[in-house]
Amino acid sequence: MAGPLEQFTIRALGAGADVPLAEQPFYVFTNSALWMVLAAIAVTLFMVIGMRRQELVPGRWQSIAESSYEFISNMIRDNVGLEGRRFFPVIFTLFMFILFGNMLGLLPYSFTFTSHIIVTAVLALMVFTGVTLVGIFKHGPRFFSLFMPSGVPMVMAPLMIPIEVISYLSRPVSLSIRLFANMMAGHTMMKVFAGFVFSLGVFGVAPLAMNVLLTGFEVLVAFLQAYVFTVLTCLYLNDALHLH
Amino acid sequence: MELEAAKMIGAGLAVIGLFGVGIGIGNIFSSLIAAVARNPAARPQVFPLGMLGFALVESVALYALLIAFLVLFG
Repeated sequence: MAGPLEQFTIRALGAGADVPLAEQPFYVFTNSALWMVLAAIAVTLFMVIGMRRQELVPGRWQSIAESSYEFISNMIRDNVGLEGRRFFPVIFTLFMFILFGNMLGLLPYSFTFTSHIIVTAVLALMVFTGVTLVGIFKHGPRFFSLFMPSGVPMVMAPLMIPIEVISYLSRPVSLSIRLFANMMAGHTMMKVFAGFVFSLGVFGVAPLAMNVLLTGFEVLVAFLQAYVFTVLTCLYLNDALHLH
Repeated sequence: MELEAAKMIGAGLAVIGLFGVGIGIGNIFSSLIAAVARNPAARPQVFPLGMLGFALVESVALYALLIAFLVLFG
């Protein structure tokens, strides 16, 4: 019987499935890559087929596709302002990719690619470097006034500036760990309860009911974590564009 | 002390931090409920902030859980 952490192993698919990943070439197609491709295809189909019949009074699918657009558009307008509108494709793609990645991981026998720190770290670093570069290209050297909050006397500057720099650099760390830890912890708990179902025999209905509730909770967490990642991206973008 | 016993004790100690997280989550939702009770029309603006705050506090819980897992299985 496998332990609760074995569901997170990345393995190559197809011919080299039993060979350990460290001995494979770097371009091998893994189960993580497969589920990323499936998430991208799912998002594309969701939006394209949803908007196929452009009725004035939308049907169900078109309504969901339109309201997902509106959700992100409102989020950008509320958190970034009007200059943020040109970042809409990036923010929308980020949100839908993470959302579908989290949700697809809840299907039985699937793989949650966002439960790996390497995936979430790359996403968080992309956000961090992108936002920093946007800020530097927009404001030039004045971008570094971000680290010196206005209205603070110059005496406190040697204390404030390192603290601000450290808290700025901790943003990709917290973004990546938040998403990765939520996904890993949720799926590990589900596996642990599933193990109890098997080992208790007849009384296994109690952990089974707990697992049902936990799966519902995980659906909420999947949506919430995608939302929080995107909202924090919008807030960091606002900081870079408007320098406090 | 055996390594396994030390790992168990370490994991148990790591989750003591969840004490603060419970207080934090209760705080967030108590202010959310009080805000909606005072001004029900503000709910569409206050609720997303409440969810953001809840997720940020829960992420601290998961940092503690992460350390516990690292100690137990790493």
